[in-house]
Amino acid sequence: MEWETVIGLEVHAQLSTRSKIFSGAPTAYGAPPNQQANEIDIALPGVLPVLNREAVRMAVRFGLAVDATINHHSVFARKNYFYPDLPKGYQISQYELPIVERGRLAVDLDGEARTIGITRAHLEEDAGKSLHDAVDGMTGVDLNRAGTPLLEIVSEPDMRSSAEAVAYLKTLHTLVRYLEICDGNMQEGSFRCDANVSVRPRGDSRLGTRTELKNINSFRFVERAIDYEVRRQIAVLETGGVIRQETRLYDADRDETRPMRSKEEANDYRYFPDPDLPPLMLTDAFVQDVRTNMPELPAAKRERFCATYGLSRYDAALLTATRELASYYESVVADGGLDPKLVANWVSGELLAHLNSAGLDLAATRVSAAGLAGLLRRIADNTISGKIAKEVFEAMWADGADADRVIAARGLVQITDDSAIESLIDEVMAAHARQVAQYRSGEEKVFGFFVGQVMKASRGKANPAKVNDILRRKLAP
Amino acid sequence: MSETLAELVRGLAAGQYSSVELVDASLGRIRRHADLNAFITVDEEAARAAAAAADQARAAGATGLLLGVPFAHKDIFCTAGMRTTCASRMLAGFVAPYDATVVARLRAHGAVTMGKTNMDEFAMGSSNETSYFGPVRNPWDRARVPGGSSGGSAAAVAAGLVPAATGTDTGGSIRQPAAFCGITGLKPSYGRVSRYGLIAFASSLDQAGPMARSAEDCAYVLAAMAGFDERDATASERPVDDYVGALSGDLAGLRIGVVREHFGAGLDGAIGSAILAALAEFERLGATLVDVSLPNSAASLPCYYVLAPAEASSNLARYDGVRYGYRATGYRDLEDMYKKTRGEGFGAEVKRRIMIGTYALSSGYYDAYYLKALKLRRLVADDFAAAFAQCDLIAGPTAPTTAFALGAKMDDPVSMYMNDIYTIPVNLAGLPALSMPAGFVGGLPVGLQLVGRYLDEARLLRAAHRYQQATDWHRRVPPLS
Repeated sequence: MEWETVIGLEVHAQLSTRSKIFSGAPTAYGAPPNQQANEIDIALPGVLPVLNREAVRMAVRFGLAVDATINHHSVFARKNYFYPDLPKGYQISQYELPIVERGRLAVDLDGEARTIGITRAHLEEDAGKSLHDAVDGMTGVDLNRAGTPLLEIVSEPDMRSSAEAVAYLKTLHTLVRYLEICDGNMQEGSFRCDANVSVRPRGDSRLGTRTELKNINSFRFVERAIDYEVRRQIAVLETGGVIRQETRLYDADRDETRPMRSKEEANDYRYFPDPDLPPLMLTDAFVQDVRTNMPELPAAKRERFCATYGLSRYDAALLTATRELASYYESVVADGGLDPKLVANWVSGELLAHLNSAGLDLAATRVSAAGLAGLLRRIADNTISGKIAKEVFEAMWADGADADRVIAARGLVQITDDSAIESLIDEVMAAHARQVAQYRSGEEKVFGFFVGQVMKASRGKANPAKVNDILRRKLAP
Repeated sequence: MSETLAELVRGLAAGQYSSVELVDASLGRIRRHADLNAFITVDEEAARAAAAAADQARAAGATGLLLGVPFAHKDIFCTAGMRTTCASRMLAGFVAPYDATVVARLRAHGAVTMGKTNMDEFAMGSSNETSYFGPVRNPWDRARVPGGSSGGSAAAVAAGLVPAATGTDTGGSIRQPAAFCGITGLKPSYGRVSRYGLIAFASSLDQAGPMARSAEDCAYVLAAMAGFDERDATASERPVDDYVGALSGDLAGLRIGVVREHFGAGLDGAIGSAILAALAEFERLGATLVDVSLPNSAASLPCYYVLAPAEASSNLARYDGVRYGYRATGYRDLEDMYKKTRGEGFGAEVKRRIMIGTYALSSGYYDAYYLKALKLRRLVADDFAAAFAQCDLIAGPTAPTTAFALGAKMDDPVSMYMNDIYTIPVNLAGLPALSMPAGFVGGLPVGLQLVGRYLDEARLLRAAHRYQQATDWHRRVPPLS
C-alpha cells in the first residue's frame, strides 16, 4: 500500500521581552538557578499576575505577519496540573479564545510554493526546569524560566513530508527573528518544536491516529524524528497493528522515538478562565500601531532584492535569510555605490564561507560591511582584480586591516599601464613561439594559455580585460 | 477601649493621649481577653516601636489619616516579616517577604499593626471554627461563634482589643461576623481595594474591607485602603471618592429598596422585626422605602458553591510542599509527597471545597456546573441592576439568625452555608455592602445589611452614618471584664 504522511507542528517561541509575561523579573538566559524568579514567579501566597504589554504587542506582530485574524477579545485560562516546575499548580495559557487565529505561511519547498495554515497562536507562560543532577540524591527546581512569555504557534496538519515540515519550520524561524519577537536560539530552547505525525493510505481523506513527538531541538532532528516515526507507524500498520495516540520522545543519540511514561489516568487539565486576569481587549488603535511599525517581512524583502538589485531568486533568498545579513548586504551596496551582483557574489561567497568555516555569527564577522565595501570599490575602480581581491580579503579576515592598507603593503595594485602589459605579453610570446604559431594557424583555444601565462608573469596583478585586448591584438596573424 | 476609631484619631490629634498609650492599652486588652482567641499572632515589640515612631512623627508635624491608631490585620494579608498563616497548618510557619498592598497602604497612613487575627482556614467557613489555631469566641457570649471567616477581626473590634481591623469577604466573610459581633463591616465593590498580597480563596469574589465600630470608622479605613493598584489587574482604575467627606449630608430623597424575598421562610422572626424597625428609622431620617425583588437570589447559594470552590481548587494548588509551607515527612515519591502534604496540611472544610471545585471543573462536568454557575451569576447581577433602577440602596438582614452556638453546625455544612444566603448574591454581583448593628435578639446583635450600586461606597457609608447618628446600637459593647 502507498502511504501518505500528515504532519502538523506546534512551535513554542520564547518572546524576547525584557521581563516575564506576568511579572517584572528579567528573562535573560543562563543566570544561576532561581536568581531570576520573583515572588510572582515562585507563586508565593497572595501574588497576582499582570500581563506584559510588550508580549501582547509581539503576538499581534506575529499575527499580522501571517495574515491571521487578530482577536480583539481573548481570554487567559488556567491549565491545572501538579508538577514541581509549575509553581502555581497551573499554567496560565490561552485556551478557548487565543489572540491569533487562522493565519497562513508561504513556504518554498525546493522551488515549489506551498501554503501552510496556521490554526492559532496564543500567549502563555513557560514553566521552570527540574534539575536532576544539581543536588545530590534529589531533584532541584530552577524557576528562572518560569513565567517567560511563550507564543505557541499551532499549524494545520498541512505538511506531507519531513522536508516540508523542515521548510515550514525554517520559514517560521526566519520570520520570528525578522519580527524581532524571538531570538530563535534552539539550543537554549527559545524556539522549540513538537510534531504531530500520522500516516494514512494515499487517497484517504480521514486522518490516521497521530502521535506527538516532543523534544526535537534542531531542524535536522525534526527531519529525522519524523522520518523515524513515519517508518515506525507504517511498519505497525502493515503488520496489522494499530497506532496508539500518545506522546513520544525523540532520542537523538539513538535516532528513535519512544513513548513517554504515561500516567494511568488521562490528564484532565480543568481549564477555566483565569479570574485574576480580565479578558484581553485590544483596541483598533493598538493593532494599527503594531501594523504601522511592522518591519519588512522576509518575502517582501526577497521580492524587493530581486526587483531593486536584479538578483536571482536564489541569491535574493540567500541574502535575506536573516535580517542582519540582508542589512549587511544593503549597506555594502549603498556604501560603495557598487554593482549589486558583485556585492551579492562576495557576500554569499567569500563572506559566508569564512563565517561558516570559522563558526561565527554575522554579528562577529571580522570583515565589516564598510570593510567589504572598501575592498569591492578597489575591484570596481580597477585597482585590483577579483582574484587579487580574494587574497586581500584573506588578509582583512586575518587581521582586520582595511583593503587599501593590505593592497599598499603587499604591492598588489593592478597593472593597468598598456606598455607594461605589452612588454609582459611580448616576453610570454617570445618564450612560447610554438603556441603563437598554433594560435595563428587557427587553434584559438590556446588563447587561454596565453592569458594564464601573462597573469602568472604579472603575479596576478595585470588587468585581465586589458590583457585580453592586447593579447588578441598582438596574436592576430 | 470603647471609643470609635474616628474618636481616637481626633484624640490623638488633640494630644489627649499618645499612640504608645493607646497601643499599650490595646496590648493589655489583647492579653486580658486572650481566651477569645481573636489573634493568631501579636507582635508587642513591633507595635510599641511603631507607636513610638508615630508619636515622634506627630511631634515632628506629621498628620497621617490613621497615624498612631492600633490596628489588626486578618491573617490572610501578607505582612513582611510577620508570619501569615491563613489559619492553616499549611502556612503555620510562613513569613512573606512583602506586604499586601492593603497592609502597605494602612501602614503608610500611620496605622500601627498589633498583629494578625484569627479566621476560618483559607477564609472557608462562616463560624471561625475551621481555623487550625482553634475557634474564636463571640465576645457577647463565649459559647457562641463570632461568625466567619473574619471572626477574629470581628471579635477583636467588638471586644475593644483594637478599634478597627481588616477583613475579607468572599461570600459574606466581613458582613456576617460583623453582624454576629455587633460591629460595622464594609465589603467594597469588587476591584475597589487591591487584592495583591491577599491570599486568594476565590479570586473573582474576594474583596478586602474595613471592620470597625462605626460607619464613620469604616470611611476612614476605606479611604486609606481603596484605589487602583498596578499589581492587581482586576483593580478598578476609577477615582476614589472622598468617603469621610461624603458622610455629611442628609438622606432626603434616598430610596431604599426592601427585598421581598428576604422576609420569607428561614429568617428568624425577631430579626425580621428588628430589621423592619431599622427601616422605619430610615424613613424618619427622610428616606423612602421601595419594594424590590431579587428573583434569582435563591440560585445564589448553589451558584456560589460551584464558583468559589472551583476557583479555590486552583488557587490552593500552589500549596504543594515543594517551595514553602508545610511538607509531610516519610513520603515514597513525588506523588506521595503531594498527597501527604496536602492531606495533612489542609483541614476538612478546605479539602471538601477543593474536592467540590475539582469536580465542578472536571471534563464532562464543566458545562453542567461551572458554566451554568457563570450564567446564574449573570442573572443574579441582572436582578440587582433591575432593582437599582428603582432604588439607591437595598436594605435587609445580614444573616438569617444571630450568632449560633459553637459546634452547632460543624456537622451540617449545608446549614452552615445557609448563613450567607443574604450576603452571597452581593459578591456574585460585585457590589459594595455593609453590615451594621440594628438591634438585639436574646442579647445578641442583629446585623442590617445595606447594598449599594457599583463603586457607590460613599452613599452606603453616608446612609449608615446617618442611621448611627440617630441610634446607638453600634455603641453597645459586650459585657467583658
